[in-house]
Amino acid sequence: MDQVVDRTARNGPASPLNGSAMVPHVRVEGVTKRFGAFAALDNVSLAVEQGKLVCFLGPSGCGKTTLLRVIAGLETQDSGRIEIGGRDVTPLPPSQRDFGIVFQSYALFPNLTVAQNVGYGLVNRRKPRKEIRARVAELLTLVGLPEQTSKYPVQLSGGQQQRVALARALASSPSLLLLDEPLSALDARVRVRLRDEIKALQRRLGITTIMVTHDQEEALAMADRIVVMNRGQVEQVGSPADIYARPATAFVADFVGAMNMFDAEVAGPGRVRIGALDLACGGLNGKPPGQRVKLGLRPEEVRVRGVEAGSANAVPVVVELLDFLGAFCRATLRPAAARDLVLRSDFSANAMRDLGIKEGQTLTVGLPPEALRVFDVETAGGA
Amino acid sequence: MTYAATVVTQETRRITAEDVVMRVAIVALVAFLMLAIALPLATLLSKSFQDSTGRFVGLANYVRYFATPSLVASLWNSFWVAIVATVIVVPLAFLYAYGLTRTRMRAKGFFLALALLPLFAPSLLSAISFIYIFGNQGFLKTWLFGASVYGPIGIILAQVFYCFPHAMMILITALALADGRLYEAAEAMGTPRWRVFLTVTLPGVRYGLISAMFVVFTLVVTDFGIAKVIGGQFNVLATDAYKQVIGQQNFEMGAVVGFVLLVPAVVAFALDRQIQRRQVALLSARAVPLEPRVNPLKDTAFLFYCVVLGGLVAAVLGVAVWGSFITYWPYNLTLSLKNYNFAEFESNGFGPYFASLHMAAIAAIFGTAIIFSGAYLIEKGQGFASGRALAQLLAMLPMAVPGLVLGLGYVFFINAKWNPLGFLYGTIVLLAINCIAHFYTTAHITATTALKQIDNEFEAVSASLKVPFYRTFARVTVPICMPAIFDIAIYMFVNALTTVSAVIFLYGASNKLASISIVHMDEAGATAAAAAMATLIVLTALTAKLLHLLLDRLVFGKLQAWRRR
Repeated sequence: MDQVVDRTARNGPASPLNGSAMVPHVRVEGVTKRFGAFAALDNVSLAVEQGKLVCFLGPSGCGKTTLLRVIAGLETQDSGRIEIGGRDVTPLPPSQRDFGIVFQSYALFPNLTVAQNVGYGLVNRRKPRKEIRARVAELLTLVGLPEQTSKYPVQLSGGQQQRVALARALASSPSLLLLDEPLSALDARVRVRLRDEIKALQRRLGITTIMVTHDQEEALAMADRIVVMNRGQVEQVGSPADIYARPATAFVADFVGAMNMFDAEVAGPGRVRIGALDLACGGLNGKPPGQRVKLGLRPEEVRVRGVEAGSANAVPVVVELLDFLGAFCRATLRPAAARDLVLRSDFSANAMRDLGIKEGQTLTVGLPPEALRVFDVETAGGA
Repeated sequence: MTYAATVVTQETRRITAEDVVMRVAIVALVAFLMLAIALPLATLLSKSFQDSTGRFVGLANYVRYFATPSLVASLWNSFWVAIVATVIVVPLAFLYAYGLTRTRMRAKGFFLALALLPLFAPSLLSAISFIYIFGNQGFLKTWLFGASVYGPIGIILAQVFYCFPHAMMILITALALADGRLYEAAEAMGTPRWRVFLTVTLPGVRYGLISAMFVVFTLVVTDFGIAKVIGGQFNVLATDAYKQVIGQQNFEMGAVVGFVLLVPAVVAFALDRQIQRRQVALLSARAVPLEPRVNPLKDTAFLFYCVVLGGLVAAVLGVAVWGSFITYWPYNLTLSLKNYNFAEFESNGFGPYFASLHMAAIAAIFGTAIIFSGAYLIEKGQGFASGRALAQLLAMLPMAVPGLVLGLGYVFFINAKWNPLGFLYGTIVLLAINCIAHFYTTAHITATTALKQIDNEFEAVSASLKVPFYRTFARVTVPICMPAIFDIAIYMFVNALTTVSAVIFLYGASNKLASISIVHMDEAGATAAAAAMATLIVLTALTAKLLHLLLDRLVFGKLQAWRRR
């Protein structure tokens, strides 16, 4: 049988989460799903550690929702297998897998009260009425809505409805919680508050949770681990700090946070050339001179204080445009020696004031060699 | 070991008890639609290629059809009468719909209700009315300057009345879908009114206009009752089919006429579907609804127009009602209930009326249950995609099939020697099934529209909560869709009550329907009794509709508290 293979072999290079001594609660192995000619999921493998909150992050159409639905059994994959809690659930319908799910649309039953919605799955398990009522009250307290039992969904705000949906998903104490863009339909303020609450609740219950989102800020703020997806494939798996500081591919770098991206060429050992600029660069890993690479630099890494003409990678630039964004300004800079290049950088309000930066001004900025990130030109699958 | 070794080919999803329920239901739906719609039509088609002994004769029947001058003449008659009626009714309905949607005239609700009245009557009621008005003893006979109302004139007059609400409803929908911003933009540029009408209004409703024309044309070509009652010696396709089958027992030629009838209906249907698809794309989601402004002159003019037209509609209906109470037209004009003593004109007395009620109730109750559950399976069902796609196709088919053609198909199908369902012939159940099939599509679209508005994730949520789909269907889907379900039930009831063409071939001796009894009493010269029976049907249909509205207001208001904020 195909399934009975050497465990160590499977945990080898194919598993992106290998190495750590973790207990996987969800295991996805070689899952492929096609819709006609379009590969929504292309041989995806990953594992979700017990009790953690994992975010599937990516642009729309990257396959993250399809992957969630395959794990739930709402979508049938063309090939590959799914394990939940050490059990192979590949052939099982959703009702025989063990999960609770929350959708972006809330999907509350409009003709049932809050209490009836939360108790919907419990009633079916023929539990005593009193026990159900107690459980519903407990769940509503848990999500912070203890007083709303007899209201109908239409009488609640969006945030409240999503809390009810969360309580309903948790009612039968599933081992896995699936959240499909749960915050996307909410106002910005409610979104931030609910996001903190969901995270706190998840920590408290210790329930393994998978959340799908296209909002990188949400993923960075909530997740224990982030799975960045693109075109049906996993680009990178890591902690939020990892993903932000050490993006594995140009795609991840560009999608998570802002990033200046330059087409560059290796000029020599530890040197790169971007157009007319010749810069020192760490992390070339002995790439031969002449090789084309992509060079990334986060806007906040552009130095403006204590940069002198002689310091490393000091570049004289003209300030073309300043976008005021509250706590900081995003500046559009053009290197004096290479006017065809655009460099975006974030200057704190402090720096703006101290240095008196204005549009049209010339100043010297530093591009720290260690902050320049090098990517292969064709990095579809990782560096 | 390479990773590829661990890739498992797709394992078929384990079938649960719930899946079995779902599949059995889908199979049952497909079987019903095959039996009620597809097979009768297929039998009709094959019959037209056979001789009376059942031998395949290719196109021989068709050759004979087109070689018979009288038959070809009625084909031509059907066409030109339908075209004239269309040309008259669409502009009349357009102006009426315009008044109801684009002006601030008073009592719009009242005038809408007035114009919809013909929907609650059998088509042939208007024909009876025009016999009272312009017939041999009509009180306005002289207005025709010697021309006879029995023929094209009568057919066209009656069809205009009968088709008016159908055209008007389509045009109201089209006129209501207007983007207010286009009008504001035109006004901002100082465009004269007539130019706004030509460049914004008309292009906006052109698909609605075309659709209304197709619908009216098809209704006229395929209607049987009006031509039967007021057509006199003027033959049309629908009466030909009746004469071939009932009069001459020439089933093969009847099948050919049925198929000829099917062609314009199918063509009109296909073109209309094509056009409707474009109509949807016409209005973007961000359009702002148009709020007509007060314009005393325009509002008064349209009010006047609607009073005249609405008044005429009510008058035509009223003449038949009035005629039914007149003791002996035109000699004894005292009012009495004598014509309602149906036992004098009809061996079964009130029997046909109760048979109609019985049949309409069966069609309404079972039809609604089948159609709504079917739409649910097609729209929200899981698995067995090919079965669901086939069911959808079959559900859309009856829209393109005239009632007379479907009825003929039923006759051939149910009487076929190989058919074990033959025992159903002449039963009330078969009449009800025929009605359900004939009116399936509109009801199916109503159900589908309601279901599409429900969150698609309900089924996913139920599965995650381990609640079987049928429980969520009963506890959530059906309660949410209750208004649509009642709409379907009342639509079925009213149409089953008023239809003639769908059932004319199928009734048995013991269950002759009221609408058929009208045809027979009229044939026997008892026009007043026919008018009385028609009046009874109208009253029943209107009562049912009013009860529905009342129920909607009072009962539903309370049961559906969850809709209110």
